[in-house]
Amino acid sequence: MRALRAYLRSPPALIGSAILLAVLFMAATAQWFYPNDPLGLAGRPLQWPGANPRFPLGTDPSGRDIAAQLFHGARVSLLIGIVATAIAVLIGIAMGAVAGFYGGWVDTGLMRVTEAFQTLPNFLLLLVLVAVFGSGIETVTVAIGLVSWPPVARLTRAEFLTLRTREFVQACRVQGLSDAHLILREVLPNALPPVIVYASVVMAVAILLESALAFLQLSDPNVPSWGNLIGLGRNVLRTEWYVSAIPGVAILLTILGVSLVGQGLNDALNPRLASGR
Amino acid sequence: MRRLEIEGLSVRLPRGADRAFAIEEVSLHLDAGEILCVVGESGSGKSVTAAAVMGLLAPGLSVAAGRMRLSGEDLGGKSPEEWRRLRGRRVAMVFQEPMTALNPVMRVGAQLAEMWRVHLGLDRREAEARALSALREVNLPDPEGALRAFPHELSGGQRQRVMIAMALALEPEVLICDEPTTALDVTTQAQVLALIRDLQRRHGTAVMFITHDFGVVAEIADRVAVMQHGRVVEQGAAREILTRPAHPYTRALLAAVPGVAAPAPRLLSPDAVLEVRGLSKTYAARGLFRRRRPVRALADVSLTLRRGATLAVVGESGSGKSTLARCVVGLLGADGGEIVIGGAPLPRRRREAARLVQMVFQDPYASLNPRRRAGAQVAQGPIAAGVPPGKALEEARRLFALVGLDPAAVTRFPHEFSGGQRQRIGIARALALQPQVLVADEPVSALDVSVQAQVLALLRDLQARLGLSILFITHDLRVAAQLCDEVAVMRQGEVVEAGRIGEVFAAPRHPYTRSLIEAIPGRALLGR
Amino acid sequence: MRIFRLALRRLAASLPTLLLILVGMFLLLQLAPGDTVDALMAQMGGGDPALAEELRRFYGLDLGVAARLGQYLLRLATLDLGFSAIYGKPVATVILERLPPTIMLMASALSFAFFFGLVLGVIAARRVNRWPDTLISTLGLIFYATPSFWFGLMAIVLFSVYLQWLPAGGFSDITRELSGLAAVLDIARHLVLPTLTLGLIFLAIYLRIMRASMLEVLSLDFVRTARAKGLTETRVVARHVLRNAMLPMVTLIGLQAGTMLGGSVVVESVFALPGLGRLAYESVVQRDLNTLLGIVFVSALLVIAINFLVDILYARLDPRISAES
Repeated sequence: MRALRAYLRSPPALIGSAILLAVLFMAATAQWFYPNDPLGLAGRPLQWPGANPRFPLGTDPSGRDIAAQLFHGARVSLLIGIVATAIAVLIGIAMGAVAGFYGGWVDTGLMRVTEAFQTLPNFLLLLVLVAVFGSGIETVTVAIGLVSWPPVARLTRAEFLTLRTREFVQACRVQGLSDAHLILREVLPNALPPVIVYASVVMAVAILLESALAFLQLSDPNVPSWGNLIGLGRNVLRTEWYVSAIPGVAILLTILGVSLVGQGLNDALNPRLASGR
Repeated sequence: MRRLEIEGLSVRLPRGADRAFAIEEVSLHLDAGEILCVVGESGSGKSVTAAAVMGLLAPGLSVAAGRMRLSGEDLGGKSPEEWRRLRGRRVAMVFQEPMTALNPVMRVGAQLAEMWRVHLGLDRREAEARALSALREVNLPDPEGALRAFPHELSGGQRQRVMIAMALALEPEVLICDEPTTALDVTTQAQVLALIRDLQRRHGTAVMFITHDFGVVAEIADRVAVMQHGRVVEQGAAREILTRPAHPYTRALLAAVPGVAAPAPRLLSPDAVLEVRGLSKTYAARGLFRRRRPVRALADVSLTLRRGATLAVVGESGSGKSTLARCVVGLLGADGGEIVIGGAPLPRRRREAARLVQMVFQDPYASLNPRRRAGAQVAQGPIAAGVPPGKALEEARRLFALVGLDPAAVTRFPHEFSGGQRQRIGIARALALQPQVLVADEPVSALDVSVQAQVLALLRDLQARLGLSILFITHDLRVAAQLCDEVAVMRQGEVVEAGRIGEVFAAPRHPYTRSLIEAIPGRALLGR
Repeated sequence: MRIFRLALRRLAASLPTLLLILVGMFLLLQLAPGDTVDALMAQMGGGDPALAEELRRFYGLDLGVAARLGQYLLRLATLDLGFSAIYGKPVATVILERLPPTIMLMASALSFAFFFGLVLGVIAARRVNRWPDTLISTLGLIFYATPSFWFGLMAIVLFSVYLQWLPAGGFSDITRELSGLAAVLDIARHLVLPTLTLGLIFLAIYLRIMRASMLEVLSLDFVRTARAKGLTETRVVARHVLRNAMLPMVTLIGLQAGTMLGGSVVVESVFALPGLGRLAYESVVQRDLNTLLGIVFVSALLVIAINFLVDILYARLDPRISAES
């Protein structure tokens, strides 16, 4: 309750929530505002924004409505962001919790795997995964989740390493409670706040990764994606730069919203650290 | 000669704090060549007073009224730059925590030399030469080596000597010591106190010594000021206040200081509930490339705890007493030897061991899960052992009453309790499983003196009512004397002396035990 | 000596990691639909199955997975990365040709991000909650939220198309024969926009961590000691706070070396830089799996090398690092 009140008092949290709500609104109403296929031909190609009242944001080189792609693209970005983040956070917490709680050889082994994932450039790994498993939207989402978990695992492990030596955890050991109880009931709830805050970073990175992939035309071509549109605009960049500019602003604002919400969560959940600002 | 004069000083707290002022109308004075001890428990405002004199009040705090004079010079209205030039040169300070008070990535010599370089503009070579002689003056064993060392390469006592050398570098008129020995072992504390006393005499420095420990006061003070809730409630000559305290708070504080003399010996049961035989534990250097010297924490330790008795294990840091406690409750595995409880070896399985031995932890703030209700944390042990949850919670309520807490408080979260109350919850949690042996690891050392006395009284009372057998780990011989029947003195992983506590304290046989007892601050004056 | 031993130990510890990556990637690529021969045949416009069979035997693709993995690792030990059918050259040669632009890009982007991240982070922390801090922190948030490829495109529109200050792409001007200083300056001009594009997000990350770390260190006991010594605020920050506050940032460089290399894939592709990242992109599109595997290997080596340097730097900055890792 206290955390919620602190969250609502933090200006970054409010601005971020407002932006994200707007994106959510776009995603929710895409079908209603633009019931037709956003990837279908809508009009004459390359009409500047405002030139034709039917297309307030103009049309792209294939004559498709940019506004329609923006609305439908919001769905894709949010969906990929949320699902990939969930995958990354779940894997990361599981790996980090087990490694940090048990230590020793389990820790060494799991951290070697984590290091391997971090040594490999994540975007390169993403490229390989897409090259091997194809670029369907489901594949891309899972692949982004798979390359994004290592920082979560490190963070969780660090939290577990300090928490497991705390006296209250030792007290529970002495009371004869099981490892499962120690991990799930005692340590995890205390380790979670920084991980929740970090999830906002993971989500921002996931959205960026998908848009970069789509920009390189390596994501699902049958799904309207902001990154894809930026990539299409590249060919007409010298004259019709708005085709790339508009979806870029959409990505920027979405990530900004996610980051601000993360900052608000941080202020609310880690009040000690927030005193500096 | 008046070095420092504080008149009616009030420091305002930021809005939203639990009170308006950190200190109110504090008046103190300090003459050349004298030591004024400012005594109080946590929250009494003694550290804020020191910070105000240094011009280093924490952000949000501000002087609301009063004046301060340094050798007759008014400190009111000084600019930040004037304050800066004052600090280190005319007023210097030694802090409580030697482990964190020095910059970890800078050599000790360079940190010390900064004093002369910044204030006198000496060049590096000259400043380092002065630093070397300063380190010699504080009796550091290898001053040349210390000059080149990084702080983590020195012990706590050595670092505190470096801090003292740094504070006295420019012969300040006033030296403020903020609990400089609280974090040190008792023998190191005695040495550092003697050093401060000695240097202060030689240089004629006026020292403001902040402490919570009346033993230290008796050891070092010329005059005493007692603070409570941000006000000075009593001040006067040390002997006067220690022997004839006028204010009830001073009297209560003095009464709470434990004496060294043990109460009359009790008749002890002949059968042993806990036997530790030849226990050894070495923290090994692990890893393929690691080069760490293995540390022998326990070397062939044997102890016997009689049924219904309390056995104190005393020792300084690094003596192995905490390792022993952790082995006895099964948190650590020993390398050799055995632990026998109630005639059978300590079971390896956590759940079975839990019914035999329980532990009370040191830190009341770290030993309870901040996110779970107090009652649940007491009841969870019995629940895991198979007691129905409803019954376990009912039992938790009964235990709360037993340790002097409101039974209805079981639904509260830990942050709603004070430090002493949390320690009571810790005791209730340990008792919930009705263990044969209770291990208490420094259970009162994180508490203020008056709270300490209450918790000790509770333990004594519980022992009398429930016939508890307690293994009591402590660094404080005075606390051990209060509660325990027998004592084992540990040093570097070995038991050097053991026996009835009264006999050991009255006539220690081992020289180490003797040095520990002699180092107890204030023994001569308080002498109880 | 202590520092060197420490870094060597960390280097040795990264060998199993490297092996794990190689085995993992090799097995992963076995799942890929179609192999190099398929790609080659497709490029030749189809061909008869007998020829394909012949080629498979030539490239050793007819053996079992385990045998090929063993062969691959053995060849790697002699730094033989195999042959790229698409480029018609040994993979090692292809990669070596493409390495310099990537290394230059990473070095310049890292320096840019590190230097400005440090400076801005310190300024923000010194003026915490006042307008310079608000401005810098807001800029940091915006930089962090900017997709690098989009920033690159917009920079091209502004600086190359409209203002015509800087070239829009490429590594050097191929229409002119330049040598000596002129050639260096030409490459530098070509690297300005890619450096900004790649470095921007890291600048944002470094400035944020530097600000937080400064605030953390400023609240530590030894800073209070330094103030009690009567040091000026500038000296307190420069001599006592800065070095301690830099430690988390240095750690982050090592942790993010891989991310930065991944980012160069996109940036090189935006600016048509003939680097490793663009090569990775091309080999995915062309299904040149041999080259892709080689790039993975070399990238991992690169990241390990950066971490080696970071370890040395960290150990120099922090004397406490010794026996424990």
